[in-house]
Amino acid sequence: MDTASFIIQQLINALFLGSIFALIALGYTMVYGIIELINFAHGELFTAGAFIGIIVLAALQKTGFVESHFVITLILVFGMAMAYVAVLGVAIEHVAYKPLRRASRLAAILSALGMSIFLSNGMMLSQGVSDRAYPSILGIEGFSILDARITYGQVFIIVLSLLLMVALQMFVNWTKLGKAMRATAQNQTMARMLGIDIDKTIRVTFMIGPALGAAAGVMVGLYYGSVRFDMGFIYMIKAFAAAILGGIGSIPGAVLGGMIIGGVEVLWSAFLPSEWKDVTTFVVLILVLYLRPSGILGEHVSETRV
Amino acid sequence: MPSSNVKKFIVYSLFMGILILPMVGLPSTGFEITRALLVWGVFVGILAFWLLGKSIRGSDAFQSAAGGLAPFRSRLFDNFTKVPTKIYLCLLLFALAAYPQVANNYMVDVGITCLIYVVLGLGLDIVVGLAGLLDLGYIAFYAVGAYTYSLLNLHFGLSFWSCLPIGIVLGAVCGCIIGYPTLRMRGDYLAIVTMGFGEIIRLVLNNWDKLTKGPNGLLGMAKPAIGYPSFAEGGVKWVSYSLKSLHSLYYLILLIAVLTVIGVGRLNNSRIGRAWIAIREDEVAAELSGVPTTWLKLLAYAMGAAFASVAGAFFASKLSYTNPNFFIFMESCIVLCIVVLGGVGSIPGIVLAGIVLIAVPEVSRELQNYRMLVFGLAMAVMMVLRPEGLIPATRHKRELHETEGETYGE
Amino acid sequence: MASEQPILKLEDVHTYYGNIHALKGVSCAIPSGDIACLIGANGAGKSTTLLTIFGVQRAAEGKILYKGREIHHLRPEQVAALGVSQTPEGRQIFPRMTTLENLEMGAFLRGDKVAVAEDMEWVFSLFPVLQERTRQLGGTLSGGEQQMLAIGRALMSRPELLLLDEPSLGLAPKLVEKIFETILEISKSGVTIFLVEQNAHMALSISNTGYVMETGRIVLTDKASDLLQNEKVKKAYLGE
Repeated sequence: MDTASFIIQQLINALFLGSIFALIALGYTMVYGIIELINFAHGELFTAGAFIGIIVLAALQKTGFVESHFVITLILVFGMAMAYVAVLGVAIEHVAYKPLRRASRLAAILSALGMSIFLSNGMMLSQGVSDRAYPSILGIEGFSILDARITYGQVFIIVLSLLLMVALQMFVNWTKLGKAMRATAQNQTMARMLGIDIDKTIRVTFMIGPALGAAAGVMVGLYYGSVRFDMGFIYMIKAFAAAILGGIGSIPGAVLGGMIIGGVEVLWSAFLPSEWKDVTTFVVLILVLYLRPSGILGEHVSETRV
Repeated sequence: MPSSNVKKFIVYSLFMGILILPMVGLPSTGFEITRALLVWGVFVGILAFWLLGKSIRGSDAFQSAAGGLAPFRSRLFDNFTKVPTKIYLCLLLFALAAYPQVANNYMVDVGITCLIYVVLGLGLDIVVGLAGLLDLGYIAFYAVGAYTYSLLNLHFGLSFWSCLPIGIVLGAVCGCIIGYPTLRMRGDYLAIVTMGFGEIIRLVLNNWDKLTKGPNGLLGMAKPAIGYPSFAEGGVKWVSYSLKSLHSLYYLILLIAVLTVIGVGRLNNSRIGRAWIAIREDEVAAELSGVPTTWLKLLAYAMGAAFASVAGAFFASKLSYTNPNFFIFMESCIVLCIVVLGGVGSIPGIVLAGIVLIAVPEVSRELQNYRMLVFGLAMAVMMVLRPEGLIPATRHKRELHETEGETYGE
Repeated sequence: MASEQPILKLEDVHTYYGNIHALKGVSCAIPSGDIACLIGANGAGKSTTLLTIFGVQRAAEGKILYKGREIHHLRPEQVAALGVSQTPEGRQIFPRMTTLENLEMGAFLRGDKVAVAEDMEWVFSLFPVLQERTRQLGGTLSGGEQQMLAIGRALMSRPELLLLDEPSLGLAPKLVEKIFETILEISKSGVTIFLVEQNAHMALSISNTGYVMETGRIVLTDKASDLLQNEKVKKAYLGE
């Protein structure tokens, strides 16, 4: 493989991995933006999305629906996974975050962590400890640019993630609810004084963020061909690193951060022993937090807000 | 039951159904409808119980009855608290000391595990409870202790006792390494970074084949030994006696646990302890009053890590085996659960929680499986209903309730 | 006007911040269409009074009536829906939203796009500077522009009662004059205004009624023109 194809190949890989990290990071950044807390259960929400995806897909496959209606299948799989996780996200907000909105930070973190442990073990008990194979409906067909091989599955996943990100950006900037979300994130008391129901706004945030994570979960399942109850953990840390790197609270920042983390990981795997690649992400995360805690696109948000 | 609660019951039950039925009912093995309905039923039952309790507690009849009982309750409670904590601890110590004499080997083994977790819980409490810093990678220090002893013993034949100080120092150094970059971070950042650090240490142990034998782990470390002078055969000879039996190991870890309780208890009431509390309550104010916050935060990490390291060394020598999978993230969660459920900052609470949380799941295989599920839920519920833990530390109780009841109100 | 029921009435309102007793029984009544001002030293409880009216701070005791309806148990978003709006202390502009978006947020509860557009024009006619800054982020505006934006945003909900907290704070004298002129203009359009000010002279000169507040209590109530002549007020607040 010549250098040019090698670069193209790695670029596609990075774009692919980066989009997935970006989608998960968006969930963090949105929730953080609005309640200034990390959603510790986000990794489990991502995994739950992957499981619902496989459940829907397996059911459709049994009826032979996949072959006859491929596009509808994809819509159903992603739609159901995202809808389920949106409900789950609201449930978590209601149980673990809402009652603690005025309590100490530590209490809120611990309750969210508790939910995360609960969900992870709940999925282990209900879906089993071992890997579950995803039906490989995306196939391995693809095309070549020079010598670089790109599958249609990769293209589909990249395009879908980009679409979701654009849709989110449009929602947040152009719709009334989206603007209410931004206003609440920037100044909660003022938002209330203008008549914004912040409970509702926070609920919506806890639907959209996790739903994006669920989409990423289905993508990971479809592409790598398996899911496991604890796969959320590593994605969670990496996506968190991405959100921090881009500047937590910033939506374009999360996308940028995701792409960078994806790129770093792909580069590392290309040239260096891949069993150490997870370590690099942590090192990047720690370096960013140490050198520039506000991230690349982050504003210097002060600790207290009026 | 008021109609608002009925409505809540119906809505919540429906949502639980939506969430539980597909996830529990459709595993890879096929349909599990009965199981799903059963799980749903359990949750709906809990919900009904809770809402019923809530509306009964809210009713006038209950209020007046509770009012009548209040003097009783407070008298009962007073009688419990009048006895100094020390006496309870002595009773507990006596029970723990007598325990191996009545228990079988398996039970003693469980007892050892419990005490290891007590030490870990108390060590983590220095970081979380006293200094108010969250650490989700605490188990890494346990790994450092275990691997320090294993490697030194296997390669250089150093004894358990000579490895202890080395392990403590190494643990403390690792604590500082983790602590240093995180000093300026806030609670939730800290949580994820420490989580990441914990994973890094595990990954290093897993990947560094040459040193650690990777996932296969290290095997064949010596048990701790104690030396005593022997006067037999004329002249004095130093004889070393290896603590091979479970009983002797049990007493060793009991000794370590007692020393930990004393150590953490003294820290709690020392100048340093008070400075930590000051940092926890208001870092800026503490710094302005001349508390060297940076140094003290590092110290908290280092001391917490040192205790974990001791526990780790003991653990490795007891098993004569160690591998990276002992030190996964879930282990950190278990230790954190012990601290949180026992009561952040409360020594008796953590001792009790360490024993109960580790021993009870040993009763049956079923309980083992559901252990973390229950712990996780308990942690979330606890934070909402009783954030100070089962046996609260007085100082913390005030603090955790402080911010409630201001402004807004729903 | 006097026979009508007041648009806003406070009866013996007490508010606490934790253990601090910030309002110790505030009572006042503001007639519809009036400009009323509340003057007093720093920390007297002026801003707390406005926040309590809006439900941001909860009144521990006493009643707050808006058009005869009790509102002290309502949340801020519910108070806003009744037609009250506020430019709070420190302006509270959304820093990462444009001027236009900030104004749009003011009209959050309104569905009628045509009327909202009309009001937007009205706000721009009151504050022409804002029209030049529509695409600029709120956080990058100057202090005076932010103040105008805060008032403009409050007007976008087409309020019947407007609560203004220190509109002159930190502004150049010329700008202060301009702001107060605009307040008069707003009042002429039928909005009742309750103004909290440290700049007592300015505030009293445009108001009808004045209240003087000291350590959580209203100690003096009178016609604003009389207060301007009051010896005590002159000495303590007008610097004469």
